Amino acid sequence: MEGDERAAAVDGRAGARADLLVVDDPDAAFPGARRPDRRRAVDSWGVELAVAEWGDPEAPPLFLAHGGFDFAETMNGFAPLLVEAGWRVVSWDQRGHGRSAWAHLYNWEADLRDAVAVLDTVTDSPLPVVGHSKGGSLLLHLAEALPHRVSHIVNIDGIPSRRNMPDVADHERRKMVAAELEAWLEHRRRTSGKVRRAGTLDELAQRRGRMNPRLSPEWLRYLVRVGGRLDADGWRWRIDPTLRMGGFGPWRPEWSMHRLATVGVPLLAVLATEPEVMGWGTRAEDIAPILPPGARVEVADGMGHFCHVEQPRRMADLVLEHVGAAR
Amino acid sequence: MTATPEPRWVHHGHSTLALHELRGGSGRPLLWLHGLGERTPSSVPAPVAGWPGPVLGLDFTGHGRSTVPRGGGYTAEALLGDVDAVLAAVGEVSIVGRGLGAYVGLLAAGARAALVHGVVLADGPGLGGGGVQPSSPAVAVPGTTRPVPPDPWALVELARDVRPPDYALTYLRFAQERSPAPEPVLVAAALRPDWLAAVADDPSVRTLPLAEAVGVLVGG
Repeated sequence: MEGDERAAAVDGRAGARADLLVVDDPDAAFPGARRPDRRRAVDSWGVELAVAEWGDPEAPPLFLAHGGFDFAETMNGFAPLLVEAGWRVVSWDQRGHGRSAWAHLYNWEADLRDAVAVLDTVTDSPLPVVGHSKGGSLLLHLAEALPHRVSHIVNIDGIPSRRNMPDVADHERRKMVAAELEAWLEHRRRTSGKVRRAGTLDELAQRRGRMNPRLSPEWLRYLVRVGGRLDADGWRWRIDPTLRMGGFGPWRPEWSMHRLATVGVPLLAVLATEPEVMGWGTRAEDIAPILPPGARVEVADGMGHFCHVEQPRRMADLVLEHVGAAR
Repeated sequence: MTATPEPRWVHHGHSTLALHELRGGSGRPLLWLHGLGERTPSSVPAPVAGWPGPVLGLDFTGHGRSTVPRGGGYTAEALLGDVDAVLAAVGEVSIVGRGLGAYVGLLAAGARAALVHGVVLADGPGLGGGGVQPSSPAVAVPGTTRPVPPDPWALVELARDVRPPDYALTYLRFAQERSPAPEPVLVAAALRPDWLAAVADDPSVRTLPLAEAVGVLVGG
């Protein structure tokens, strides 16, 4: 996404308001996809989050979390299949993502608080939670922090591991960390007060293709139409330009992986097999020693990190086998 | 001496930060980084009174006159970005950091080694953070969320952030490899959370009283 944050001298300050009402392209369509039936805003300690819902508002709720650099409407193909089984699917754009407000700051605790703020508007009873990638890892934390709020958990290729980290000597690793540090700081210097670069619909789809190399151009163009913003100078992604993939810090993948052992409700972990830039490459043998009793691991052979987009029917069937039908 | 009434403003991400000039002059500035919940003092702190050049103080995000964010999200690395915004504005500095400011100062000394001409790590609020590995996850909420400095979210989150010793040592190594200062990191703190104990135990790092450590920076 490096080239995506080109300077455009317009107001890029963090806003408090979610962008719920603007429909940039009401005709956006993709086979099998359905845009949210309802949208609403939830205030999470001053940051307004955009919530998207599919299905009967009176149906039992299922909580769905998207991955990093995604947004709720990346579930437009997957969520309706859960609705067919009677669920009310509730998702939200994480702070700085999609239609939610940009925040001044981002960290894991804040994302967890935001998830709870949305959950508090849905139900106090335990409910099934399904998360992809970062969203899956976030929900593992939720299940440990607030176990009384979760009935089942499904993690779709969202268990971090060290497997996709290069196997290099310490001095080489230090050079890589130094380079990453410098790149992050330079990014911070460049993006102060900036917004993302505008482009044509095809240009934005091509940019996203670097993150989603296995997904079809038709889907990527659809994502631009449902997740981009159409300004006078063209389309631009809504995500906060201060956010950046990768990064550095004290966090270690195994710290999140080990959360698995704490889960006390039925757990389904889906692991994709095809390597991708956004994936962790975690294998079943990596997590076998720390799985809680009764956990199910499903290896999604031949599928990439975005398996719920690649094969939404297959992923929905797995989820529904695990959580059951709502009716 | 008193602080300049109106600070210089620098920008980092979506925040606007107050950079106070506690004393003017020429030469390499000393940058004072306050502790968690503190702000830049109104005059040059006594231990750095002997510094021969300008003395600056940065109010971290959520502190003093800097932006108080909405909804928290603090990391020490974000505050490293605050310091880097100062380096972009003023160039090379030496740093004295208290508590949280000591930890962030170490990160800056490693991450921007060519621009940080030595850092002194001193006692102060927020020195320890949340220990060497994550505790059980919790939805931690401060007792008040009034958006006035110091930001209650900063007080909660930066008392819980993880500071592994090997992570701190990585920054020490960067500083040792690339800083222009003969002694890029000096320890003046009496307290030794694990990250700081690892740094202080390095054979190349001296422990000195604060004013003496500042004197080493002057000489370097």
